[in-house]
Amino acid sequence: MEINISQQGALQVVAISGEVDLSTSPKVREALLSCIKGAHGVVVDLSAVSYIDSSGVASLVEAFQTAKTKGLGFALAEVSETPMRVLKLARLDQVFVIYPRVDEAVAAMA
Amino acid sequence: MTDQTDPNPPTVIEVRDLVTHYGTRQILNGVDVDIVEGEIMVIMGGSGSGKSTFLRHLMALQRPTSGTIKILGQDVWRLPQKKLFELRKKLGVTFQGGALFSSMTVGENIMLPLYEHTKLDRMTMEIMARMKLEVVDLAGFEDLMPSELSGGMIKRAAVARAVIMDPRILFFDEPSAGLDPVVSSQLDDLILRLRDAMGMTICVVTHELESAFKIADRITVLDRGNILFVGTVQELHDHPSERIQNLLNRRSEEAEIDADEYLRRLTGDKEEAEGMPR
Repeated sequence: MEINISQQGALQVVAISGEVDLSTSPKVREALLSCIKGAHGVVVDLSAVSYIDSSGVASLVEAFQTAKTKGLGFALAEVSETPMRVLKLARLDQVFVIYPRVDEAVAAMA
Repeated sequence: MTDQTDPNPPTVIEVRDLVTHYGTRQILNGVDVDIVEGEIMVIMGGSGSGKSTFLRHLMALQRPTSGTIKILGQDVWRLPQKKLFELRKKLGVTFQGGALFSSMTVGENIMLPLYEHTKLDRMTMEIMARMKLEVVDLAGFEDLMPSELSGGMIKRAAVARAVIMDPRILFFDEPSAGLDPVVSSQLDDLILRLRDAMGMTICVVTHELESAFKIADRITVLDRGNILFVGTVQELHDHPSERIQNLLNRRSEEAEIDADEYLRRLTGDKEEAEGMPR
């Protein structure tokens, strides 16, 4: 699993790739919470995530709630089919702000 | 996660020539079964057919007398203890009565596997538990005690605990036992939802035909320790065997009687029974 963080204007784009599971999700959590501290908003690019388990989704949920509490933007982008199925199971697809593409998310949140 | 479009999904459980004895009694007589990724395999059979023993083998909880069980490509009883422990983390089990700890809240019960097997942050665990409670339609029940739940709720909470670690294979032992038809049907829907959304492979032992037909991709019928049938629901319906049709029609077959052996069993006296007039 890899995490790539880039700055796009006032936003941080967190691109995650590979498998997010019990062993790797703490790193995702740490990266997301740390990004929220130093940005006006965060876009999480999930296009290259091949698998995400409940602990990974829980990290996204915690980061989203933390961002909301601070009045910051938080969105998911390019959610591939496998993560989307996991989100839908817990009806989280109706909770997260999800954009089909990273650039659309950045444009909408700028 | 399963690619549900894969026309040839990989085998996740491979059972070969499985034999089990309890003392001198043979329970399983050389059973062969393959279970493939993403399917719901229902195991059926009458009382004493060996289905509960078979399930314990599939869950890697019981060592057979002979034969092999490969789970996720690993020969279970040749694995070192540590690897067997790791393998078991990929299996989720829902026991017949739910088996929640009565001294813990529902939330603590659900998080228990995470406490035991991970070093996740407490907040992550709590979110995971609440997510699973959402999935099983028990949102907001995390602070209740098991004694405050109905039978169906306990079953669903047990499912939430079984899937908290996102297992690759999920086992159910008589999920409908003790439930009314409506609640039982809701549990069936949940089993289907878990498979469809998570791509889990699911093995269910049940004697409820209606439930089996609703959820099964394939059915294994055990009879006196032997595989009587493995196939789809339609294939089961179309099967010409009288024994299988009796099962579908819920008629119990009268077992053939070995008169001598029967008398020995009743009298407990081999010599005398053998000498008795027929």
